Order: sequence, then structure tokens, then C-alpha cells
Amino acid sequence: MVESKPSIVRFDRVQKSYDGETLVIKDLNLDIEAGEFLTMLGPSGSGKTTCLMMLAGFEPATHGEIYLNGQPINRVAPHRRDIGMVFQNYALFPHMTVAENLAFPLLVRKIAKPDIRARVERVLDMVRLAGFENRRPAQLSGGQQQRVAVARALVFEPALVLMDEPLGALDKNLREEMQYEIKRIHENLGVTVVYVTHDQSEALTMSSRIAVFNDGLIQQLATPDVLYEQPENAFVAQFIGENNRLRGTVVSVDGDYCLVRLEDGATVRALKINVAGKGAQTCLSLRPERVAIEPTGVTEENILSGRVEELIYLGDHKRARLSVAGQDEFIVKVPNAQDHAPLSEGTRVRLGWAAEDCRALDASGEVSTPG
Amino acid sequence: MSKTMDEVMRTADGVPLKVSLHKALVRSRIRALLLVLPLLAFLLVAFLLPIGYMLFRSIDNRIVPSIFPRTAVAIQDWNPAGNWLPGEAAFEALVRDIQQAFKDRTLGRVGRRLNYEKPGMSSLFRKSGRRAARITGPPYKEQVLRIDKRWGDVNTWRLIHRESGALTGAYFLAAVDLTLNDRAEIVRQPEARRIYRTLFSRTLWMSGLITVLCLLLGYPVAYLLATLPLRYSNLLMILVLLPFWTSLLVRTTSWIALLQTEGVLNDLMVFVGLITDDGRLQLIHNKFGTFVAMVHILLPFMILPLYSVMKTISPALTRAARSLGATPFTAFVRVYMPNTYSGVGAGCIMVFILSIGYYITPALVGGRTGTFISNFIALHVGQTLNWGLAAALGSLLLVLVLALYLLYDKIVGIDNMKLG
Repeated sequence: MVESKPSIVRFDRVQKSYDGETLVIKDLNLDIEAGEFLTMLGPSGSGKTTCLMMLAGFEPATHGEIYLNGQPINRVAPHRRDIGMVFQNYALFPHMTVAENLAFPLLVRKIAKPDIRARVERVLDMVRLAGFENRRPAQLSGGQQQRVAVARALVFEPALVLMDEPLGALDKNLREEMQYEIKRIHENLGVTVVYVTHDQSEALTMSSRIAVFNDGLIQQLATPDVLYEQPENAFVAQFIGENNRLRGTVVSVDGDYCLVRLEDGATVRALKINVAGKGAQTCLSLRPERVAIEPTGVTEENILSGRVEELIYLGDHKRARLSVAGQDEFIVKVPNAQDHAPLSEGTRVRLGWAAEDCRALDASGEVSTPG
Repeated sequence: MSKTMDEVMRTADGVPLKVSLHKALVRSRIRALLLVLPLLAFLLVAFLLPIGYMLFRSIDNRIVPSIFPRTAVAIQDWNPAGNWLPGEAAFEALVRDIQQAFKDRTLGRVGRRLNYEKPGMSSLFRKSGRRAARITGPPYKEQVLRIDKRWGDVNTWRLIHRESGALTGAYFLAAVDLTLNDRAEIVRQPEARRIYRTLFSRTLWMSGLITVLCLLLGYPVAYLLATLPLRYSNLLMILVLLPFWTSLLVRTTSWIALLQTEGVLNDLMVFVGLITDDGRLQLIHNKFGTFVAMVHILLPFMILPLYSVMKTISPALTRAARSLGATPFTAFVRVYMPNTYSGVGAGCIMVFILSIGYYITPALVGGRTGTFISNFIALHVGQTLNWGLAAALGSLLLVLVLALYLLYDKIVGIDNMKLG
């Protein structure tokens, strides 16, 4: 892949250990383009926040070098990096008013008083908090504090803004509203954002690219749609969106495709993504919405039969849990449309799906989905 | 909501909402009251009553009128402004009172009480007690004047007249180095007896300095405690609390062992050659000793409130400041420190007020120049038995502390202190 845009941040073979025994970050190589919205997504303990802290300068890298605008910054103190940061619990200064909070980065940069006032006003307008200058953080709601925190990280016009799970403390509705708000600000200002979250839907909505972290490694770095449609390993498939897994052994390889024998003996044709070759253990990944019940079309090359174990009514669709090929966690989403045959628990149905919707991945992907 | 004043919110049954609310809450209020009742009773008996008694004691003057009731009545009409002695009736009353008091062995108390005001009274009364027993009939005046010529001094009678009321301000005057002269005018004590103003001011400035020293020494320790990883901070906390678990007396006496002229520190300095054997430093039984021992003993009272406030300050605050471009120093001064002010206020008030009333340590290591006002209160309670003066000194101390507290509230605000 050839990148046309210059990279603003570059992690070059970065490793990090806290105790000298285990690596929290194992060999991180990452280029972040100017102006992009890159999300580091992963379960807690995957190393994503450590990455952010190294970039901000609060944690030294144990090995490797981080470049900012082409300059190595390992030895640059945090306050000289000119990186805006939004903290998990906002870290607003409780003894200062909103205006004083926003003026702080400008004040320490020795910017003239009238200038400061103008810029504070502008940035308050941007986050729609005009008129709140003299409130203290404790007098603001969670969402308002969030806006102030974002404004404070942007007021000194840094080229790069880091956000460490900034929406984690908000309730669901507010969180969604703030997602769009942050997205809008990002697009208007053209600032580069590195965003850390463990919430995959947040990552999918906001990001231009997502780096999925697990176990100190980037598992996959891709745009949201690629990440969802074409996961490269079992962890990513499991972590992003809902996913059905079927275990089996590769019996033959045929170009981009391979034939997999499942545990109950049935064979399934699947895209060969991450398998060694014939005889290898594999884990098939299949999105629930790509499975057809009682298929009629011609695209469904794989036909298996399953028994309906449980039905959950969800309004726009029904979730059916079936036992297929000896596994009883097989989920199918049935659209709530008139032309669908009614399902009932305990009945057997035929399931079909296309070979290109079914990806043969590594067999190691045993992760617990985060809550 | 727009609502007129006379419109009362009512429940579904038509009972005014406020009445209903009150009924609903009254049970829990009673329960809460019952829970604090033992403490309230304890406070009343162990705190409010003693303080009230002390306040009263400082103006209580019943010794003379209760032991010398006849004299007190007899000289009521006598004009102390005039220059003549009271009449025969007053002398008769005096003789009868002295005889009664001599028999009851209470004469000494009157003598002592008047001796506070005028030296020599105690011996006069002792002498008069023995001699007056022999007086059986008139003329009283003549016989009394023969006992001691001071009975012929108008000023003696003026004093008795002045102190035969039930209340007196004399103790408070004495507590600020003032006294009444023979004409009942307020004058300063004679030079040699002026002591309390010096003591009050010394207590104040030394307590102030002790507080500042505690703050300077305690702040970094509290910061370390709040920021170190748990396993180190626990150890440090034990070190901070260790003095708490050791007897105050043991700690103070170990300072004596360390600091005295023949003590460890002086020996060490002589050994190293810093000072000669003849030039051993006086490190204790003076102000220096009081400073060292008091700072050591009161340090935890500074560290603990500071620590409890610092513990609540998120490390993200300083990080945020630094990410916004502040140097570590600026981040500390502009962001961290302002958030610790509530702890600083609490710690300072705690140390200062404890220090102002401290007794044992200054008594043991303060010598003559490093003692506090409380040492003199103890002296008057325990040795001179001048409880009135002790009470007056104590009341003044109480007023002083309250005044400082109000001043603090005015300048800093007590609410700010509780924020932590």
C-alpha cells in the first residue's frame, strides 16, 4: 500500500515493559497520517492506552523510537510535544472556571491577554458552550465537561489530539451525541486524532482507520468496513461485531478458497485467509446477517442443517440461536419481514451462505468479548 | 413554575404536602437524634460543663464574702474613697469572722486570695488568726489595731471592700499583666510581675513558626505518600504513624537524651570536631528544644490532612497540565498546589491550635525560655492553686483560638477546609 499523505506520527519497533519481565507492547510499528482519525481499539490490558501514554510522553518507550512530524520524541518532555489530550475523566482543573481552564494552555504559552480571550471565546463557540465561561467544572453536566475537555485540548491548535476513552463516563444517548460532535470537530479542523476506546461501535462510527490491539500487538489495521467485512484473524472477527465460529480442519486448498471439514463431518467451502494449508486446524468466521434460513438462491454454496434452540424478538429482527455442526452458539439474524417463514424453537431448518462470506481464520481465536 | 404564594401543595388526600412530609420524616429524625444522644450527653458533661465552669471560675469571687460574711456586710456602707477607717462594727465583724475562719481552718484561703492582689496579706491573716482568738470583747478596733498596724491602713480595708463582691475582674486583669492599685484604677503590674503578655505572644509566634515548619516538612512527605506505589507508601505511612503509637512522654524524653548538653548530638559533634568539649551547644531547655520536639510531635497532624486531600487529586490533573504545555514546575504550582489548599488549611489549623494549648512537651524541654502559656495554667492549677487566674488564662486562650478561627474563616473560609 502506498500512502500519499505524510505520516504525522510513526511508531518504529516500539516495545514497552513495566516490570522488565513481560512486554505490554510487543514490536509496535504504526504510521498515522496527518488529518486522519485513528482509533486504537482493544480489550482492557491490550496495550492501547500505554501506546497513547507513550505518544503523549507520560510513559517512556522501553525500546524503539516514536517520531512526531519526522522528529524522534523519546527525549522530548510532554509539555514540549504540543499534543492536545483529552483524558478519560476529563481532568478539568476543579479550582478554575471554564474560561480559566481553556486559557491555561494559552497562558503557559505566554500568549497576549486579548488574544487569549478571543481564542477562548471561539473555542467555546465551537463546542457550543458560549455563556459557560464562569462556571466551575463541578457545576457542569458530564457532557458539558466533556466538551470543555475537548475544547481545552484544541484551543492551542495542536496538530495532533489524543483522546483516551473520552466518552466512557457518559450515558448511552449522550455518548452517541458526543461521537458525532467529535467527528464534526475533527472534520472541520482537519486535526489528526488518535482515539483510544474499547467500544467497537464507537470505533466503527468515528474512525477513518482502526488499529485493533490485543496482547500488545496490532492485530489488524484497516478502515472500519474492511475490518468488519474482512477480518484477518479470529480475534478481530470475534472482537468486531457479532460472529459465528465453526471449528474444523482444512481438507483441501483451491486457490483463494479451501474446503473445511467441520467437527460433525460436514464440509464447508470458505475463503482461505489465515490458514497454513491442508490439515491445519481452522476457525471459520461467519457474520450472522450473512446466513440465510431455508435458502432459495444460488449464491449459497454451503448448506447445513441446524436446530432452532432459542428465539429472541428484537423488533426489527429476530435473533435465532441454533445448534449447527455440534456447536449450539450459532446465531442467525432473521429480518422481521413478511415474506419470511415463521420459525419456532425446536424445529430443524436449512441454513445457507456464500463461500466468500465465510472466512477460514486461525484456530487460536479464543477471546472473551468485552462487556 | 408560576404559582401564587397562598396556593399550598397538597397530597392526594388533601393534607398539605409539608405536613405530610414532616410526618414522614419525624420518625427518622427521632431515630437519628437517639443515635447521637449519648455523644451529646457526653459532650455536655465532659466538654460544655467544664468549659462553662472554667469561664465562671475566672470571675468567681466568693471566697471573701463566703468566709467573711459579717465583714462583707458591715463594710458595705463604708466609703472606700474617703480616707478614714471603718467603724467599730466593722472591726467587730472582722474579729468574729477571723475567729470563725480560724476555727474552720479557712482563714488561709482568704489570706491567699487577697495576697494575689496585694503581697503580704497572707502573712497578715495568718498572724491575725492566732491573735484574734484571744479577743473576747470590745473595744475591737483598738485590739485589732494592736495585732498589726496594717489593719490601720485604709488600703487594707479598701482591698477587702473591693473583693467582697461575688464577682471580680481581677483574674482577667492579672492574666494580661494588669492590676488594680489602691484607688481601684487599672495599672500595669510591677515590672517583675509582668509575665503573661510575653507568654501569650511567645505561645502565638512559636506556634505559628511550628505550624510553618510542619507545613514545610510535611508537604513533601504527604505528596510522596499520595503518589508512591502502594507498597512503598504503606511503609512510609507506618513511619509517619509510628510516633502516634509511641508514648508522648517517651518521645519527648528521647529528645532530651538526644539534645542535652551531654547528649548524643553534642557528643557526636564533639567527636567529629565540629565543636570543642567546652563549647557544647545548649540545644534543649530553650526555644530550640521546644521547636524540635513540637514539630516532631505535631508533624503527623499536618501530614494526615494533607495526605487525605492529595490522595483525592487525580494524577491526570498534572498530566493534563503538562500535556497542555505547562512545565513540571508550573503544573505543580498552578494546578496541583491550589487543589491542596483545603488540606493545607486543615493541617495548619490543626497544628496551630494543638500547639497553642500544648503542655507536656514545652514543660519538659522548654526550660525557662521555651514554655507556653499552658504551662503556667498548669502551674496555677497544680501548684499555686490560683484557679481563678488559671481559669482566666484558659478563657483568654479559648477566646484567642476562637478569634483566630474566625479570622481564618473570614480570610480563607472554613468551607474550603472541608472540601478535601
